Amino acid sequence: MWENFKSQFILNFVDDNRWHYLTDGLFITLEITVFAALLGLVLGFIIAVIRHNHEKTGKLKIANALCSLYLTIIRGTPVVVQLMIIYFVVFGSVRIDKVLVAVIAFGINSGAYQAEIFRSGIQSIPKGQYEAGRTLGFSYRQTMLTVIMPQALRSVVPTLLNELIALLKETSVAGYIALGDLTKGGDIIRSRTYSAFMPLIAVALIYLTLVLIMESIVKRIERRLKKNER
Amino acid sequence: MKKKIIALLMTTVTCLSLAACSGSSSGADSESAPAEETTDEAAESGSAKLIMATNAEFPPYEYHDNDQIVGIDAEIAEALAKEIGAEVEIEDIAFDSIIPEVTSGKADFGMAGMTVTEDRKKSVNFTDTYASAKQVIIVTEDSDIASPDDLEGKVVGVQTGTTGDIYISDELGDDAVERYAKGMEAVQALSQNKIDAVVIDNEPAKVYVSENEGLKILDTAYAEEEYAIAVALDNTELLDKLNAALKTLKDNGTIDEIVGKYIKTE
Repeated sequence: MWENFKSQFILNFVDDNRWHYLTDGLFITLEITVFAALLGLVLGFIIAVIRHNHEKTGKLKIANALCSLYLTIIRGTPVVVQLMIIYFVVFGSVRIDKVLVAVIAFGINSGAYQAEIFRSGIQSIPKGQYEAGRTLGFSYRQTMLTVIMPQALRSVVPTLLNELIALLKETSVAGYIALGDLTKGGDIIRSRTYSAFMPLIAVALIYLTLVLIMESIVKRIERRLKKNER
Repeated sequence: MKKKIIALLMTTVTCLSLAACSGSSSGADSESAPAEETTDEAAESGSAKLIMATNAEFPPYEYHDNDQIVGIDAEIAEALAKEIGAEVEIEDIAFDSIIPEVTSGKADFGMAGMTVTEDRKKSVNFTDTYASAKQVIIVTEDSDIASPDDLEGKVVGVQTGTTGDIYISDELGDDAVERYAKGMEAVQALSQNKIDAVVIDNEPAKVYVSENEGLKILDTAYAEEEYAIAVALDNTELLDKLNAALKTLKDNGTIDEIVGKYIKTE
């Protein structure tokens, strides 16, 4: 039994340096996740502010309409389809770095979800505080920057990190545009050794480890935020 | 944190024990049982089902046409099953999953324009070959690639797990290969100038090139090879039956007839 396991292990990971597909893939997965998360953060923040601004002041009508359209489309279609549209349609006849394509696709996708997280964070601050700020003569921008945002951002951090965890797992479809991410790395090994178990379980364990690490970070941050509240 | 580590360890241990189980049982009992049943039933009632695993993105060998999977492999499988006295049920999955399907007993045989290679022989038995094929190079019409030697330093698109993938990966290194899930996607990337060439089987290549403007197939093939049907290592009964049926169909000209229906010789 052990011998079989060992020979399978060697076949799948040691022979022909096949472990390389996993480490290279892990690197690409992390690269996509980190940069897509940053892009999503910027997009999400801007959109949340535009939408909130419109709600409170009635300005930015066109920008707000564009933002709702973006949210509807992105949240209403699967990320794989978005990824392939960006690769095969938007960048139709350009030779472009595929990691960049993936970062753009997953960033745009994550931005939509992060926008809603930001917005709910902003809305979680009692209305009275906003009204009080305005009554004291603060402009919309001043109220937001000095009263609302510092509180909203703090309450949003754990949810945002959870979105990051979801994003990490979603990048597993990057193989659809022939990008060698972690999942595709496992698939390549599988297509060479014809064994399903080892490569798939290895890939799953790597994702699981990453998620557990991220979760422990979320927990730690949550604890620290709670301390500050006292 | 400690709990987490323990949880992770336990998951690993569970997985390992699972691995051990699947490893030891894969040899004899679990896989051969369903296959034997089907063949036994086939002998008795004459209408047992054989499940064929294929990747129906590979014209003219197998492709989707009006809700049905048709093509050379599909028709030959149909004829073979008739010889054996069974029915075929075609299952469409990713090419690189076909052999795992066969070895795990989910499918009785795999037939997908599959080339006989030494590596694959370690996992499955192959029947006698029923068609010969070439791995060819597709390039854009204005390409400077004129022969297989010119591929050095270029980016080559392939379908994951095909012989084209394996040859190119071995010869040019992993960095030179872009592995798409479907041959069609590799060709699409080529016609969008995302890659320099595509290496794929001759017959589907012809279909792809005829349907995409501005592409051509190089006259010099990348490699020659032969197709056969993959059967689980322990299912020699089905292997023998398929070989016998193949021989009959080859002798009475059925195979040539089916191939001729799909492939017009120039």
